Order: sequence, then structure tokens, then C-alpha cells
Amino acid sequence: MRAFSCVLEEGDALLEFAGFGGSGLQAMIQTENLGKRYGRFAAVAALDLRVARGDVLALLGPNGAGKTTSMRMIAGFLRPSTGHARVCGHDVVREPLAARRALGYLPEGAPSYGELSVAEFLAFAARVRGLTDISGARRVDDMVERLQLQPVLAQGIDTLSKGFRRRVCLAQALLHDPPALILDEPTDGLDPNQQREVHALIRGMAHDRAIIVSTHSLDEVRAICNRVAILADGQLRVEGTPAELESRSRYHRAVSFRAPASALARELLARLPEVETVEVDPVSSWVTVFPRAGQDIFHAVVALLEAQRVRVEELRLEHGRLDDVFRQITRAAEPLPAVAA
Amino acid sequence: MSGSQASGASLAPRGMAFRGVFLRELRGYLVTPVAWLFSVVFLLAAGAFTFYLGAFFERGQADLDPFFRFHPWLYLVLVPALAMRLWAEERRSGTLELLLTLPIRTWQAVLAKFFAAWLYIGCALALTFPMWLTVDYLGHPDNGVILASYVGSLLMAGAFLAISECLSVLTRSQVVAFILALAVCFLFLLAGDRLVQEPLLALGSNRVADALSDLSLLTHFQAIARGVLDFADVAYFVLTIAFWLAANVVILDARRGG
Repeated sequence: MRAFSCVLEEGDALLEFAGFGGSGLQAMIQTENLGKRYGRFAAVAALDLRVARGDVLALLGPNGAGKTTSMRMIAGFLRPSTGHARVCGHDVVREPLAARRALGYLPEGAPSYGELSVAEFLAFAARVRGLTDISGARRVDDMVERLQLQPVLAQGIDTLSKGFRRRVCLAQALLHDPPALILDEPTDGLDPNQQREVHALIRGMAHDRAIIVSTHSLDEVRAICNRVAILADGQLRVEGTPAELESRSRYHRAVSFRAPASALARELLARLPEVETVEVDPVSSWVTVFPRAGQDIFHAVVALLEAQRVRVEELRLEHGRLDDVFRQITRAAEPLPAVAA
Repeated sequence: MSGSQASGASLAPRGMAFRGVFLRELRGYLVTPVAWLFSVVFLLAAGAFTFYLGAFFERGQADLDPFFRFHPWLYLVLVPALAMRLWAEERRSGTLELLLTLPIRTWQAVLAKFFAAWLYIGCALALTFPMWLTVDYLGHPDNGVILASYVGSLLMAGAFLAISECLSVLTRSQVVAFILALAVCFLFLLAGDRLVQEPLLALGSNRVADALSDLSLLTHFQAIARGVLDFADVAYFVLTIAFWLAANVVILDARRGG
């Protein structure tokens, strides 16, 4: 019961996509060389993104990195200075209405008309979207239920808590069942329970949609995203799956353990040929053993700890830490080499 | 099933987006205090000016000239006050981003806001009908003149409204929007008056003075209020409104690029 569906199955649309290039996946949201300049300042430069059906792309980056500007250009609020953005094949500048019909957009700060009640606001959004028939009313009811807005339907939006206001604006973005979604910080200001609900909502609709989410929460990336793009200073620094990014962390395949008396063992571990270095966290007293590039040290570490009869309380193999990669990438002046797949 | 629905949504009646914004704006007028203040102050002041400053009874004439004579001055203050929030508030609260990313053309949003506000002002104006009843009861007024004056008054309000709406898009601050609109409306109102004309004539620019005089809202309003619904005067108001609304669209679109 899709109130709107992106018409991609027709031949001409496929041809159009073949022209852009290559991976065979239908990119529902695509940017090419997208850039925005303010005078001499480049807020976003040469951004190339392809988000296909089923993808949830996390847009990460420090404040001021250009995440919101990029999303605003794709949503059609700002006109790009360079390049193109397409939503479901519709250029956002040349076919603005078709592109906007295919897109659900949650702007930064989740704005809504405070003097209206929740029901009035959703009725407004439905009307502007052309959802005035029975199926439109059903969509409104559906969104109210899924975002648990029933208790505040008749309340003025101005009187609502931050969490409710964000969900009201989220409902507006999902109302027309869009095939492409852009959500600027969808869980900002929500409590942990509400965050989980929104995560479940996004995961539940991800399979037939292309979604871009900006966030500062790396837990959120792990919870809902299958791809990550990190921006810094208006440029795309790195893009890949969360696992690929984690593998770029120095913690990738490191071994961490906690043991009461391990000074000698630490010395011996540091002398292993495949070990780069051994570090102790002064607060948690966890010991982390970092491998040399490409080395697998787990078994060697375990064997050594057993041989030394170290009483290990906890032990784990690290996958890599996203926050570590984030810091490393956004502080680096130069773009890093591409991720090996 | 889903196919027909898809086409149904994409072929949604063109007017729906316009109507959505139009109705939301109207709804806004019913719940914002500034709108209520507008109608109350307009009705009270229109009445008070007519009877006290306009000497409605003392003149002993069955017409509404003392009533309409003050409309330009009431509108000068009240219309910018009503219109100052139109875009400034959307910019301040961030809803402009929401509005401009909905599937609606910029001109539709501009027109929807304009017509909603104009309808609201029209309702306030219509509520002055007891004036007409009074004068009709007391004597035998020329109802044609009165009707023409109402049309002229509404057109004049529309011109002020278009100017104020356009200037509201330049700022996030409603106060700045109000003062800007007040100043520009004042200039247009008095373009034919000595206040504006004499400095120009003193500078020896007769042609500029004449041209500006033709742009005076007051001159055209007075022409209509005399009972002559001349095409030129009506066209003047319609073109003024169209010009400022078009400027509004251009500025809004330019802001996307800026």
C-alpha cells in the first residue's frame, strides 16, 4: 500500500541510471561533484554519494563539516553551486517538485508550526503532499500510531517536549511513504527508549528505501546504518561499511584484557614479534595489545597469558573503534587512501 | 492498486499544495493574538476616527468619506504589523526549510500566504458594514460610491500587504520587518504628497517628481474613493501587488542560491 512509489522499473529510468555509472544498483539518492560555496568559503566541495535502495547511509563529521548543507542541497532547500543531486533520478534543481515528492525530509532541529496542534500540522503536511483521500488519512493514522503521537494529537506543538516535537516532524517526513529519506539528526533530544523506537522504525523501513541519516552518535551508526560517510571541512574523507571503517582503527584485531597482576606478562607481550605495542588504560586498567599491520595475535596473546599463569578476568578481541577512526579521519589534514574492500 | 495510487499522488491536483498552505495560514490567523489585535484595533480605530476626526455627524452629509479617508493611515500601521511575521517567523523558527522542501512552487507559497492574509483583512473590512447601514439609515448615500470605496480600500490593503510580505522575507526579525514595511509603505503612500514632491521639485527634477506622483497609493485610492472605478487606478493596484509578489518570489529563490 505505497501511497507513492519511485518509478524506476521503466526502461528510460534504467537507461538514465546506467549513464551515471556502474555499480548496477539503483541509486535512489545520488550526488555528483555536489558543492556549495559562500563567497570564497566552500561549505561542501565535490561530494559524490550514491545511496541505493536498502542502504542506510550515516553522514558523520564534526559540527561545521558540511553535513546539513549537503542534506539541504539534496532536499532542494539550497541550490548547489556546483554539481548535481538527484532523488529517484529527478534532478533537484531541474525537476524540483518530482524530486521533493520522492523525498521525505527531516530538517535540522525538526521545525514545525508551533501554533498548530499535532493533528492540524499533520493534516497540513498531508494536504500539501496531495494525500487528501482515504489512503492519505490512513497514512496519517499509521504514522500517529507508529510514532506514538496519540496522547498529544490535540495539543499545540509549542507545548510539547523536545522528543515529541522531533517525532511530529519525523511523522511529517514519513507521511507520504517516500522511497528516499533524509533525516538530519533524527534522534537528537530523544531519551534512550525513544531512540530505540526510532531506530527500530528506521530499520523496519530500510529494506525498500534509500536513507541518509546524519548523527553524532556512533552507537546509532552501529544500530541502523550499513554504510558510513565521514565529512570534514566540506569534503568526503572516507566512505565504507561500518566494519570497513572499524578495520581502519588501530584497535582493529587488538586484544584487550583485564588482569590484576600482569606487569611481567605485559613486558613479554611487548617482545612478541607480531606485537606493535602494549598500552594500559590508567582508569579502567584494561591492557590492550596492538598487533603489527596485518598480524593475527589473538592466539599468541592467549597462549602467552596461559603460559605465564596470568589470572585473566576479562578478555576480548577488538573489532576496531569507530570513535577512534572518526577522530583520526576528521583530524587528518589529507584525505586518506581508499578503503580496501 | 499501488500503480494507480502512485500516479494519483504524483498527479495530485495542482491546487492542493496551494490550498494546504492557504488553510494553514488562515488557521494561524485564528490562533495568533496579533491577528485578533489587528481586527479589533482596525474596527475600533476606523469607528473612532470616523466620528471624532472625520466629524461624521457634524458634516451632515450622507456619505462614508470620513470613514474611508482614514483607511490608508490605519493600513499603514496595521498591515505591516499583520504581515511582519509572514516570512520572518518562518525563517526564525526554521519552518521555512520545511515549507520550501515540500512539493510546492515558491510562487504558490507566496500567493497562498498573500491571499490568506488578504482574505483576513477583507473580513475585518467587511465587519465595518454597520457604518454603511448607519449612513443608509440616516440618509440617501450614493451606494455606488461606497461600494467603489470598499473595493479601493481592499486594493489598497492588498498593495500594503504585498509590500510588507516581500520585505518580511529579508529578515528573521519581525520588528525589523515591521519597520521596513512601514517605511516603504509610507513612501508609496505619500509619493504624490508635498512631503515627497517638494524636495524633488526643489532639486529641479520635475520628471522624477511626476513619475513618483503617479506611483502614489494615496492618489489612486482617492480617485477610486470618489466613486470612479477607473481601469487605470485598478490596474495600478493590481500591478503594484503583482510587482511586489514577484519580487518576493525572486528574493526567496535567490536566498536558496545564496
